[in-house]
Amino acid sequence: MANLRNFLDRVKPNFEPGGRFHAFHSVFDGFETFLYTPNTTSARSGAVHIHDSIDSKRTMIIVILALLPCFLFGMYNTGYQHWLALGSTDFPFWELMWYGFLTILPRVAVAYIVGLGIEFIAAQIKGEEIQEGFLVTGILVPMICPAEVPLWMLAVAVAFAVIFAKEVFGGTGYNIVNVALITRAFLFFAYPAKMSGDRVFVASGTPFGYGTALPDSFSGATPLGQIVGQTGPNIELTGIDGKIIDTWQAFHGLIPGSFGETSTLCILIGAVILLATGMASWRIMVSVFAGGLFMGWIANVFATPTYPASFLSPLDQLLLGGFAFAAVFMATDPVTSARTGTGKYIYGFLVGVIAVLIRTYNNGYPEGAMLAVLLMNCFAPLIDYCVVQANMRRRTRRMLTAKSARQ
Amino acid sequence: MSNKNVFFNPFSKSNPVLVQILGICSVLAVTAKLEPAIVMGLSVIAVLAFSNVIISLIRNTIPTNIRIIVQLVVVAGLVVIVSQLLEAYAYDVSKQLSVFIGLIITNCILMGRLEAFAMANRPWPSFLDGVGNGIGYSIILVITGFFRELLGSGTLLGYQVIPQCLYDAGYVNNGLMILPPMALIVVACIIWAQRSYNKDLQENQ
Repeated sequence: MANLRNFLDRVKPNFEPGGRFHAFHSVFDGFETFLYTPNTTSARSGAVHIHDSIDSKRTMIIVILALLPCFLFGMYNTGYQHWLALGSTDFPFWELMWYGFLTILPRVAVAYIVGLGIEFIAAQIKGEEIQEGFLVTGILVPMICPAEVPLWMLAVAVAFAVIFAKEVFGGTGYNIVNVALITRAFLFFAYPAKMSGDRVFVASGTPFGYGTALPDSFSGATPLGQIVGQTGPNIELTGIDGKIIDTWQAFHGLIPGSFGETSTLCILIGAVILLATGMASWRIMVSVFAGGLFMGWIANVFATPTYPASFLSPLDQLLLGGFAFAAVFMATDPVTSARTGTGKYIYGFLVGVIAVLIRTYNNGYPEGAMLAVLLMNCFAPLIDYCVVQANMRRRTRRMLTAKSARQ
Repeated sequence: MSNKNVFFNPFSKSNPVLVQILGICSVLAVTAKLEPAIVMGLSVIAVLAFSNVIISLIRNTIPTNIRIIVQLVVVAGLVVIVSQLLEAYAYDVSKQLSVFIGLIITNCILMGRLEAFAMANRPWPSFLDGVGNGIGYSIILVITGFFRELLGSGTLLGYQVIPQCLYDAGYVNNGLMILPPMALIVVACIIWAQRSYNKDLQENQ
């Protein structure tokens, strides 16, 4: 570690004003503060600011750690679904992992290169230091998309999201809606053929020449994608091998779906990490699940064959699709969620309700969770405003009663 | 203000869409393809120019209390003429534009120009002002329509522009471009570019 620090100290003068590479000072600063917590405090003389060592770069790193179980599971599951589609009966662990790794690696690389590239350029133009917000977004984006989303589409969507959802609002910490979800929403509406249906959720290619390509005619729908075709009260969701997916399988997550969001088990591990370190709000997480259960229960009580998803049990609603991932990693984004304590309950509950509402009553959008979080992101400031106003009214009234009682 | 300024200012410096943010609804509605955008632009130029001239000619005889009604009657008459002409000679396009030709009556740019300019100026400058503002509006319509049709359908005026070999290589049209939200973002980009170029249009921080 000392070597790294020494190296940074040795090259630092090159990036300071007058140095050879001053044009790239924001890039250097970005890397330096990423690797080491800066030891400077605010410059104003006489200031008594105490800096917590957990600054936003350290926060981001913990979120990445919380995402790792889902990511590793996604690698395994991508390989597992591919092997399953080939009709294989034995599943060599390391080969599955290697296949999944090779499939997702280019997506992660493209997301980071495009997103960080734009951030670096924006920081350089504005003369600010590089903001770290894209660290988490860059890993989230490949995780919420199908594993084989074309690279150029991903690049276009990331560029769109970073510029129009983040930089125009002022960069990290000022965005109104979740950048990773805007990327997914852009892909979903712009290129629906590559983001939905029964062709895209099982990796079929040979990344870097590894593995065996699936035939073009192969199709394997996600559980939520199959619901549209069902009618009766007994919904039968099948894996791509034709076996029925039960609740336990939906929980551990060896089912087709977007790369990192199939396993509720791994998402819960991530949730424990986030909550134990205090990075995410338990109020939001709990109330999203409560909202989902509530709406799932209502839909289930009034189940009709017109909307087959209403036959799903409330528990299955939480386990299938991107619901759990959205609840733990998307709805809890500290920038775009509600800030007030009461507001967090309202915000989270509505995210859960709307996610199940969209997924159940609009057969065209099985991914209600994405749209629900984006919608509630827009309403979060309003919720906060109402909570604060109600609080002020309550306290004014209390003060007036106290005054009149005294007289 | 000289006649030259009256005619050219609306192109950029006081563009009705970019600077005054008027007529946004029709920009969002008719620009999914280039052809209806061009026809819509021409219709607005015609209606705006002639209503400006007519109102300017009778401006001294209009009672102030009912001037809005008089303006509306003039505009409505011209819009009906344009709409009938389109149905007679360009039926397909008029089908695509559907209600939006009729809704030129409610276009804020028209009432704005009639109230702000034609009511106080002679016919010739009024005519120039009408044509200038109509062109300023049409420019934005055409730019937006150009990008939306090119990226959303891969065509321009109905002709295939993006070569087939690109599609074979995996290129896919951007479906979001056809949807109205993208029109708003394209217009926003044009505003962005224009304000970066004309620094005096930028609001004070």
